[in-house]
Amino acid sequence: MSRHTLSVLVENKPGVLARVASLFSRRGFNIESLAVGPTEISDISRMTIVVNVEDSPLEQVTKQLNKLINVLKIVELDAESSVQREIMLVKVRSDNESRSSILETVQMFRAKVVDVAPDALTIEATGNNDKLTALLKVLEPFGVKELVQSGMVAVGRGARSITDRAARPADKGA
Amino acid sequence: MSEQITGAQSLVHSLESAGVTDIFGIPGGAILPLYDPLMDSSQIRHILVRHEQGAGHAAEGYAYTSGKVGVCMATSGPGATNLVTPIADANMDSVPMVAITGQVSSSFIGTDAFQEADIRGITMPITKHSFLVTKADDIPRAIAEAFYLASSGRPGPVLVDVAKDALQAMTTFEWPSSIDLPGYHPVTRPHAKQVREAARMIVDAKAPVLYIGGGVIRAGASESLRKLAEIAGLPVVTTLMARGAFPDTHPQHMGMPGMHGSVSAVGALQQSDLLITLGARFDDRVTGKLSTFAPNAAVIHADIDPAEIGKNRHADVPIVGDLSEIIPELIVALEAEFEAGRRGDYGAWWQQLTRMKETYPLGYETPDDGSLAPQYVIKRLGEISGTDSIFAAGVGQHQMWAAQFINYEKPNTWINSGGLGTMGFAVPAAMGAKVGAPDKTVWAVDGDGCFQMTNQELVTCTINEIPIKVALMNNSSLGMVRQWQTLFYNSRYSNTDLHSYRIPDFVKLADAYGCHGLRCESPDEVDATIEKALSLNDAPVVIDFIVHRDAMVWPMVAAGASNDDIQIARDLAPEWGSDD
Repeated sequence: MSRHTLSVLVENKPGVLARVASLFSRRGFNIESLAVGPTEISDISRMTIVVNVEDSPLEQVTKQLNKLINVLKIVELDAESSVQREIMLVKVRSDNESRSSILETVQMFRAKVVDVAPDALTIEATGNNDKLTALLKVLEPFGVKELVQSGMVAVGRGARSITDRAARPADKGA
Repeated sequence: MSEQITGAQSLVHSLESAGVTDIFGIPGGAILPLYDPLMDSSQIRHILVRHEQGAGHAAEGYAYTSGKVGVCMATSGPGATNLVTPIADANMDSVPMVAITGQVSSSFIGTDAFQEADIRGITMPITKHSFLVTKADDIPRAIAEAFYLASSGRPGPVLVDVAKDALQAMTTFEWPSSIDLPGYHPVTRPHAKQVREAARMIVDAKAPVLYIGGGVIRAGASESLRKLAEIAGLPVVTTLMARGAFPDTHPQHMGMPGMHGSVSAVGALQQSDLLITLGARFDDRVTGKLSTFAPNAAVIHADIDPAEIGKNRHADVPIVGDLSEIIPELIVALEAEFEAGRRGDYGAWWQQLTRMKETYPLGYETPDDGSLAPQYVIKRLGEISGTDSIFAAGVGQHQMWAAQFINYEKPNTWINSGGLGTMGFAVPAAMGAKVGAPDKTVWAVDGDGCFQMTNQELVTCTINEIPIKVALMNNSSLGMVRQWQTLFYNSRYSNTDLHSYRIPDFVKLADAYGCHGLRCESPDEVDATIEKALSLNDAPVVIDFIVHRDAMVWPMVAAGASNDDIQIARDLAPEWGSDD
């Protein structure tokens, strides 16, 4: 099994998310994370889907996704040639004794504190999955009260854009 | 300025513009506004069925014989959910169909209103695509796109769910001049390099076989398939969905492969060194245990749906495209190989195939108590009715016998539920087929189990003058399940005895439905009964053939077993023979 990141451009129409989710569930593929949001083109949304599968099921995922009428384009982004980010908000127990060592950790990971309470700190961190996992491991001994994490978003490195071609009016390939 | 009309009128105009002439359906609350202007359409004949499932299967049968998109219609909630089975059926067998359902008014959607069901959500995994229309202005485009999607690429069912207020609102009608679906571009032209590579593999092979699926029939490519087989001298097997894609009487035809396939067809696949797969999908009922399927064969796989290629079996040469373009191009590429002096030598292969075909023809046992062998009835049905007739089957033993013992010479003369295996398919499908081809003799070959699921549509047939003929193989049981109980459950017949030798009386039932009811109980009455049925064309005919209940479908590859372990009768395996 290996992790794959798929960038999926879809028409911004009702039910698209349900179709994609239903396809994954019906074909027995597991979604590890999913993020959906607008793109620079108003009627196109972008989904970033992280799946944990072997290579040949991945080809099936891609082909089945492509069959959905509202799916415009699918690109696999590998870790080396793309920037991949997740955001994490974590609420950690803190008192006068532990606060300074927590802050030290926060600095070390280039994270930031976004909320302070007498007995807790809320930390915001962005990065790839490895970085966030490492940060969390260091914070755990202090006591994690609450954790929320976004799905991953990713973009290819360099000047090329995956929306270039998808945005063009459709050439009616028969 | 265009005329102001209701959304319902716009929908009727849209259906007319899409070329619809026949619809099967039942009205109800949410779809009532549509039925009012439908009454005024001179182009569209609406056939009022007795159950929405019947409407769906009728639309499927209609699509087979008319070559058009089948259309079924139902109201919201239970009307729509009754369409779920035929929609799933059409999805599995790639039947072009548009299902139109009424939906509660848009302001009620999501409130658990009376007769509300999220039919678009329910059918999402079993449709090619679906629409929920809540604005009258969106109706023409949704209908145009639905028909285009249903009939192009890999055909399939498309659902259009229309809210009641969209039917009632005022709008103007404008039929879209073009279709704009930026995410839908089915590839029809095959990759030339792949086609040339396929041709090279065919001439290099020692034991190639054309593994033909229903895609050849959907593509209308039967004629070019025949040419391909003949110029290259290739053996052909046709799957359950492809019966009729290649003439059964053709000497190069090895029969149907699969769980109940002939030894020659199963053997041809197993011993092949090259599968030329056209419009087939390596279904488990064909491959048996996948890891032991055609173990020495390289694979050419041509299909219009790229997702089928490599799904179950790795393809050495994948070809995506429309078979009506692929096969002619493959013929050209092969002719180029022949001209260059390269031609396959299949002499030894043909010897092997001929021996299999001659040693293990399809057969059956005649019961020694003088009762009727269902296989004999079905064989005679095909022979007497002739190859112009259309046969629609239910699901089970009678379906397999109808696939085995009737010779299909032309595409779309065999209609069945292959992928989903929907019992009750035959009667409504035959009804739709007869509407699509009124001049053809249309038989529903059915079992007593299947028949009792959907026979209410005989009423529809009688009243609407759709004279189908039903050949009922009455073995008083759920025969295929009973066969498995005999073979795998120590003959413990748990809940498979239907008692239909006694109840119902199918002849009386036929009579009650306004049909001709005939009964046949002995072999010497078979021909005369079939001929009588063929002579009666003023109403539907039902023949209750009382057949032997212990008849079994052979050959058989047990579920999950390897094709190599095919049995030609109980505990009897074929001798695959030496490599002489």
